[in-house]
Amino acid sequence: MELAVTIDKLTKQFGHFTAVNEISLNVERGEIFGFLGANGAGKTTAIRMLCGLLMPTSGKGTVNGFDIYNESEKIKRSIGYMSQKFSLYRDLTGRENLQFYGSVYQMSNSDLKKRIEELSKNLDLSEFIDRLTESLPTGWRQRLSLAASLLHRPQILFLDEPTGGVDPVFRRKFWEILYRLADDGTTLFVTTHYMDEAEFCRRISIMHQGQIVEVGNPQELIKKYNEPNLQELFINLISKSGSDV
Amino acid sequence: MSIISVENFSKKYGNIVAVTDFNLVADKGEIVALVGPDGAGKTSIFRAICGLITYDSGIINISGFDVAKGFDKIKPLLGYMPQSFSLYPDLSVEENLSFYAGLFGLTGKKFSEKKKRLYEFSGLGPFYNRRAGALSGGMKQKLALSCALVHDPEILVLDEPTTGVDPLSRRQFWEILKDLKKSGSTIIVSTPYMDEVLLSDKAIFIFGGKKFAEGGPEDLTKIFKGNAYRVNLNPTYERMEQINRIPGLMSRRFGSSIHIYTNESRSLNDYLGQLAEIGIEKNIIEPISPELEDTFIQLMG
Repeated sequence: MELAVTIDKLTKQFGHFTAVNEISLNVERGEIFGFLGANGAGKTTAIRMLCGLLMPTSGKGTVNGFDIYNESEKIKRSIGYMSQKFSLYRDLTGRENLQFYGSVYQMSNSDLKKRIEELSKNLDLSEFIDRLTESLPTGWRQRLSLAASLLHRPQILFLDEPTGGVDPVFRRKFWEILYRLADDGTTLFVTTHYMDEAEFCRRISIMHQGQIVEVGNPQELIKKYNEPNLQELFINLISKSGSDV
Repeated sequence: MSIISVENFSKKYGNIVAVTDFNLVADKGEIVALVGPDGAGKTSIFRAICGLITYDSGIINISGFDVAKGFDKIKPLLGYMPQSFSLYPDLSVEENLSFYAGLFGLTGKKFSEKKKRLYEFSGLGPFYNRRAGALSGGMKQKLALSCALVHDPEILVLDEPTTGVDPLSRRQFWEILKDLKKSGSTIIVSTPYMDEVLLSDKAIFIFGGKKFAEGGPEDLTKIFKGNAYRVNLNPTYERMEQINRIPGLMSRRFGSSIHIYTNESRSLNDYLGQLAEIGIEKNIIEPISPELEDTFIQLMG
């Protein structure tokens, strides 16, 4: 099976603090992978290293076959990244934001125009794409952020808590879009604190204090630990591995 | 006597109607949850209760004081935790606490004692010197709650306090709320998590600035109309599309299974043929009692 992401003993230290401590895992192409963990466990730091935004202290990693040390520019062109914080311009409309990000990716005008129409249709943006993003509710902003991260047709999409603060109805609409992307062959690497969303993933990992404490299929993990559901599994695994919350 | 009473509250921003004729009553020691989508009007209600915005009509009473008539009277009674993190990121944990304590005239020995108690419940003691901006999401929320509690308010107003918080920290956060309730605090909280709504005494579903339903969490589950079923199949995109093309059925993904809802006048038998055509046979469909999340989804579409 072709691998979209490989990580081998990846480590990041900030001064004396080890944020990510020798984590290893592989993600297959076309897989929805749930990268779960406690607050402050090091998830965002790990994602930033994989996206070529932060230099690791040690260990190895590849994304789309590109090395995270030497080929970060190639990585950036082949992935999409939707960060935890809303990072579109609030005083521009959704369309203007997409045009801006498209030009950053050096897309041609005609291609960009076509792509924005396509995304507007697929992600159901037409109702609000021409409004200032400042005035939009969270659920709509998040769909726009997703559109921005998809403009250049990335093969892998990194999503850092894409549905934080979104109600149950909107959350599911967002996941319908993610499922459709995965069906079309996009690899999804996603963090979430909603355990029902984690169950939508083919595989998950659970991270605590810089280390990965467990990896596997959600249903198989629930069986292995004999827990009623993923929420209880998560709470027990994290409590057992020591407290620093 | 009710501690919080909101009567016929309405709020407009220019031409945009945020809240229409909203009513809410909370008694001493009650936890009331507000549940609704973005833009439903929850934050406007919270701000009005805290005396932070003017409004077009209605009367809000806090411990018998009219909010519109005097902010000074209600300020000592209230602890407000806004939705966005609004502490000073470049001050340490302890400096933030000390700043909020100072606003309420709590200094010296009184502050030291209070601080000790807040560290005990929050577990933030070892991090007293860390910049608030460098805390993890869960710790940030606990610090914000600590700041809201620093002056022993009778009433806590918490706007989505557990967004971005991991499941273990969420559980700890609600343990703290339960303790506060026991000691007599009245709490109004908004949340997108239905498991938190179940821990409340009363919940209000709000949509488009209007109340949709109100009651104990168990009562709210009963307003589900029709029947709910679970299909133990992986909710792939294609499968969900196929089910949703069947008129009269509503379906949503629930973890690794699918929930299907029929409306009141129809039974599942009417659809068995169509479901079998897309590979969903009778033997993998089981009737379930709808959960709160099913009810919310059915109400909100």
